[in-house]
Amino acid sequence: MLSYKLNHVRQLESESIFVLRETAAQFDRPALLFSGGKDSIVMAHLARKAFHPARIPFMLLHVDTGHNFPETIEFRDRFIAAIGARLIVAHVQDSIDAGRVVEETGPNASRNKLQTVTLLDALEKHQFDAALGGGRRDEEKARAKERFFSHRNDFGEWDPKAQRPELWNLFNGRHHHGEHFRIFPLSNWTEMDVWQYIKREAIDLPSLYFSHERVVVDRHGSLLAVSDVVRPQAGETSENRTVRFRTIGDMTCTGGVDSVATSLDDIIAEVAAARETERGTRSDDKRSESAMEDRKKEGYF
Amino acid sequence: MSTSETAGYMEMDLLRFTTAGSVDDGKSTLIGRLLYDSKSIFEDQLEAMEESSRKRGDEHVNLALLTDGLRAEREQGITIDVAYRYFATPRRKFIIADTPGHIQYTRNMVTGASTASLAIILIDARKGVVEQTCRHAFIANLLRIQHAVVAVNKMDLLDYDEDTYDAIVTAFQDFASRLDNLVAITFIPISALRGDNVVDKSTQMPWYAGPSLLQHLETVYVGSEENHVDARLPVQWVIRPQSDTHHDFRGYAGRIAGGVFKPGDDVLVLPSGFATRVTAIETFDSDLEEAFSPLSVTMTLDDDIDVSRGDMIVKPNNPPSVDQDIEAMICWFSERPLRARAKYVLRHTTKEVRAVVREMRYKVDINTLHKVEGEPEFRLNEIGRIALRTSSPLFYDRYNRNRTTGSFVLIDEQTNETVAAGMIV
Repeated sequence: MLSYKLNHVRQLESESIFVLRETAAQFDRPALLFSGGKDSIVMAHLARKAFHPARIPFMLLHVDTGHNFPETIEFRDRFIAAIGARLIVAHVQDSIDAGRVVEETGPNASRNKLQTVTLLDALEKHQFDAALGGGRRDEEKARAKERFFSHRNDFGEWDPKAQRPELWNLFNGRHHHGEHFRIFPLSNWTEMDVWQYIKREAIDLPSLYFSHERVVVDRHGSLLAVSDVVRPQAGETSENRTVRFRTIGDMTCTGGVDSVATSLDDIIAEVAAARETERGTRSDDKRSESAMEDRKKEGYF
Repeated sequence: MSTSETAGYMEMDLLRFTTAGSVDDGKSTLIGRLLYDSKSIFEDQLEAMEESSRKRGDEHVNLALLTDGLRAEREQGITIDVAYRYFATPRRKFIIADTPGHIQYTRNMVTGASTASLAIILIDARKGVVEQTCRHAFIANLLRIQHAVVAVNKMDLLDYDEDTYDAIVTAFQDFASRLDNLVAITFIPISALRGDNVVDKSTQMPWYAGPSLLQHLETVYVGSEENHVDARLPVQWVIRPQSDTHHDFRGYAGRIAGGVFKPGDDVLVLPSGFATRVTAIETFDSDLEEAFSPLSVTMTLDDDIDVSRGDMIVKPNNPPSVDQDIEAMICWFSERPLRARAKYVLRHTTKEVRAVVREMRYKVDINTLHKVEGEPEFRLNEIGRIALRTSSPLFYDRYNRNRTTGSFVLIDEQTNETVAAGMIV
């Protein structure tokens, strides 16, 4: 009897698959939010496992700020083709053109916050009643309070003080018309779990995660990649550095770190020794103490 | 940790535990210390905490700010909701369900305890066993947590006095002797603030021969939790690829809720009662020789029979109870009280039925453990026993035999809120 024990990674995998299947069963039109970042890639990988040998019964939805790394888009298209999934892209640029949002101006302008409107519009347009996200509770303190099944009202808002209690593995996804759920199958995974799992499963990732030479500018401690949307400002100089990215998001707010990690083993060693959280490179979280909570309440990922 | 040391990472096992304490008995400090000393707090988190502490005018870095993730929590200096924390040592990975000690106390403690296999019950050594302590122990026992650590904190404020500690141990044992499920209780004298017996053994208490808290958490054996006797697969989703290569494939996907299944096993499908055999147990990676809880699998069966979500695949030699009349202990979570004759949606494994409250049996006074009969309603955070009748039969085991097939939640049909947690007796 003693051998009937699952190690923690297999327990996490089994739990995530359970959550993905519950999502398919409890909702009419679920979507899987796919950013091309490692967490959404792992989530899509788990979805393949959950429904094998059938195809993933979700559409994939990418909210494109227009400021993505080209490597991310190239990877996304290759990945979608490989797994035979259907992808919808919602463009922040379209929301700007339609006057739904106004682009930020100034030196630290970012489209990060604008994504929320584009996301909510896309959910409404396609009548999605559930959106699977790769968020993890260990990422950020507001996310530590998230449920697996997280209710959103008619306006897409999160009310952290009135969350449904979530007991055992009983997930209550009942909702009124117009409301939706955000669902987080990776809630209990840590950054280390994700990397170890990527290695075990030999999951392909965008090249951005691995060390490479890049022209960057050091802005408030974040090494931003110099591009059409990030140019050195007065007093800043661009320089060539050997960097990699611990998270992948919008180019205007995702900073790289100095790193020579070229393999998964190198990255795992780096993660084990890290003294900063992976979101420490995200200037979007540093705007205020409750930057994440505030964005989430409005309907952010 | 070097790369070679991470090789054992995949093989580590997982311990989920819950913490509970009254206001100001040092729970946040204890969690902060466990995380900090196991290097699970990062520099940017520490900086953010220091910055917030300065703004608030706190004298020291307030470790509670780490767990209080919501703005309202930081403003009011209280914890509102269960927070989940993660840390690992080279021996084990831990998930902490950190439950607040005051507001919505029962609801949060029950939620945190429902997935935990160990509870840390914190006692302020200056105050000893108080009402809250008894409630924590009662709820841990009710949710069938078998392992408890009673951490007697703030020993430094009592000059590490052995007699005080012994008196608290005796008082707790006296109360806990009436709690059947709590089979393993470990007592540890600590000072969370000074770090005595939290991670390292303290030199201040030579009279204490046991392990430090972390040593205990790393080594305590909790292997007997899952039921590996009664084979149960609640069907979650039917996989029908409808592709050329898998034209006739019908797989029954679900997470095994008990027992062990092997290809060739005779099985019974409930509620139809059809008998058939397991053809294969499939996963994306490979077919399995055997599968056990809590694995998520896809099962194929020999006969082409009607099986859908909410059905249960079991073995004929020990099927679950099948009944529309259920007796259960429940915790009530809603501001609107529970009354007899009320109707709810009941969610049990992958099945949803309607249920009517036939009778209110009794309420439990969780400070004295007395049963109070003849109460017309259960209010928010109250616990008691009720009788339910469901619109169609449930396939269940007693909660004390199987936490998955013995638990349910009640949902208000108007608001869709989860209003109760139930444990079948």
